[in-house]
Amino acid sequence: MITDEPAIWTQGLRKSYPGRGAALDGIDLAVPAGTVHGLLGPNGAGKTTTVRILATLASFDSGQAWVAGRNVARDRAGVRARIGIAGQYAAVDGVLTGRQNLEMFARLHRMRAREARARADELLERFDLVEAAGRPVRGYSGGMRRRLDLAVSLIRSPRVLFLDEPTTGLDPRSRIEVWDAVRELADSGTTVLLTTQYLEEADRLCSRITMVDRGRVVAEGTPAELKSSVGGRDLDEAFLLITEGA
Amino acid sequence: MTVFTDVPDRPIEAGNAHGSRITWATVDTWVVAKRHLLHLVRRPDELLGTLMIPVMAVAMFGFVFGEAFGVAMNVPGEEYREFLLPGLFALTMAFGIGNTTISVAEDVRGGVLDRMRSLPMSPVAVLAGRALADVILAVVELSILLALGTLFGWQAHLGIGGVIAALGLLVLLRMAFSWVGILLGLLVSGPEAAMKYFALVFPLAMVADTIVPTDLMPDWLALPAAWNPLSSTVIATRELFGNTAVPATTWVGEHALTMAVLWPVAIIAICLPLAMARLRRLGR
Repeated sequence: MITDEPAIWTQGLRKSYPGRGAALDGIDLAVPAGTVHGLLGPNGAGKTTTVRILATLASFDSGQAWVAGRNVARDRAGVRARIGIAGQYAAVDGVLTGRQNLEMFARLHRMRAREARARADELLERFDLVEAAGRPVRGYSGGMRRRLDLAVSLIRSPRVLFLDEPTTGLDPRSRIEVWDAVRELADSGTTVLLTTQYLEEADRLCSRITMVDRGRVVAEGTPAELKSSVGGRDLDEAFLLITEGA
Repeated sequence: MTVFTDVPDRPIEAGNAHGSRITWATVDTWVVAKRHLLHLVRRPDELLGTLMIPVMAVAMFGFVFGEAFGVAMNVPGEEYREFLLPGLFALTMAFGIGNTTISVAEDVRGGVLDRMRSLPMSPVAVLAGRALADVILAVVELSILLALGTLFGWQAHLGIGGVIAALGLLVLLRMAFSWVGILLGLLVSGPEAAMKYFALVFPLAMVADTIVPTDLMPDWLALPAAWNPLSSTVIATRELFGNTAVPATTWVGEHALTMAVLWPVAIIAICLPLAMARLRRLGR
C-alpha cells in the first residue's frame, strides 16, 4: 500500500549518551511507504541508534519521530504493533528449535496456539527452514540463523520492518539469500529501513539512500543521484567524497 | 507436571480493558516461563547441575560435617540432620539466584530481551516468566529434597498441613530471590560477571540459621545472621515441620512465621519495580 504519508518520518532527531557526546545530531528521514530505504554509514555513524529509537528500544533527547503513522515518543504500543525488527545480532533463542522460536514469538504476538503453529509452518516454508525446523538454532549456519531472525520479525506482517545490518558477517551465498528475501518483502508492500555499511548492498536493494556520518545526514538520494552528484562511478567513491567533504 | 501442556487459547482481543490486560500478562508470563523450562529440558546437564547442589549439600553437611556439628550442639547426628534439612531446603532456594542472574544476563547479551521489548506483549511478563519458571523449578527441587531427606531419616512431625505451609514459604522465598536474581542479571555487564559474583551467595546462604544455629556464631555475625531473610524462613519451616531442636532466642527468631512472609514480600516489592525500571532503560 503506497500512500502520501511517509511510513517513517523523523525531524531533527538528537540523542547523546552521557560522557560519549552526541550519537545523533539531527537526523531527518522521510521514507515513503512500500519502499526499501538505506541508512548507509561507517561504524559508529548512528545507524543502529536510529533504528533502536524508531523501534521504541531507545529514547531520544529532542526532535520528532513517526513510524507507521504513530508517534514514537507517545504511542510505543501502537508502534510495536506495527513493526518488525531483525538484524546483525539475530536475536533468536539458540537453545530452542527454529519452530519453537517461531511459535513462542507468535504467542507473544498474541496469536492463539493453533494460529501460531500455522504461522510457524508458513514462515518455515517461506524461508526454506522446514528441514531444520526441529533442530536447535545454535546448530544453524549464519545464513539460516539470519533467515529465522527475519521470519520471526515477520510473524505479524509488520507495516514497517527495520533491518539492522542484516548481512554483516555472512558469507556471499547467505548474503544473496537474505537479499532475495528483502526484495520479496518489498514487492509485497512492506516498508523496509535497512542499515548497512556495504555500499553494494544499498545499491542493489534500496530505492533511496540516506548517508550518515557522525550522527548527521551527509547526503540523501537515489543510488544513481548519489553517484552522479560527485561524478563518481560507484557508491564507494561517492561515499568517500561525500564524507570527506562533510 | 503441567510444564508441557499448553495454555488455553487467548481471549479475543478486548481493547485495553483492565481485566484483559491481566489475562494477557498471565498468558505472556506463561509463554516466557515455558521457554525457560524448555531450556532446562533441552540442556539436561544443566538441570542435573542445578539439582546436584541440594543433593551434595545433604551429603556434605549432613554426613561429612554433621557428626561434628552435632557434637557442638550436644545432639546426636540424626537429630542434627533433622535440624539441618529445613536449612538446606532454604539454602537451595538461595543458590537458585546464580542461575537466574546468569540466565537474565545471557538474554540481555543475546538480544532476546530486546526483541521481547519490541513486541506488543506485556512488559512485566518479559521478566515475570523467569520468576515463574524459577518457582516451578523450586517445586521440583523441593520434591527431590523431601524424598532425599526422608531417605536419610528426616521427617515432618506435624502433619500434611504443616508440610504444605512450609513448602509454600520456601517457594515464596524462591520467588523473592528470583526477583533479586532478575535485577542483578539486568545490572551486571554479562553472564561472565554473573558467574564471578556467584561466591556472594555463600554468605547469604550460610550466615543464617541454615547449617549451624546462630548461637554458635560469634556475636558480630549472629546479629546479621538472625536478620537474614533466609533465617526467618528456616526457623518458620522448622516450626511447621516440627523439627525444632533449638528454640529461637532473638526477637526476629520468635516472630519467624510473620517474618518469613514479610521478608519475601518486601524483597519483591523493592526488586520488581527496580527491575522493571532497569528493563525500560536498558540500552538507552
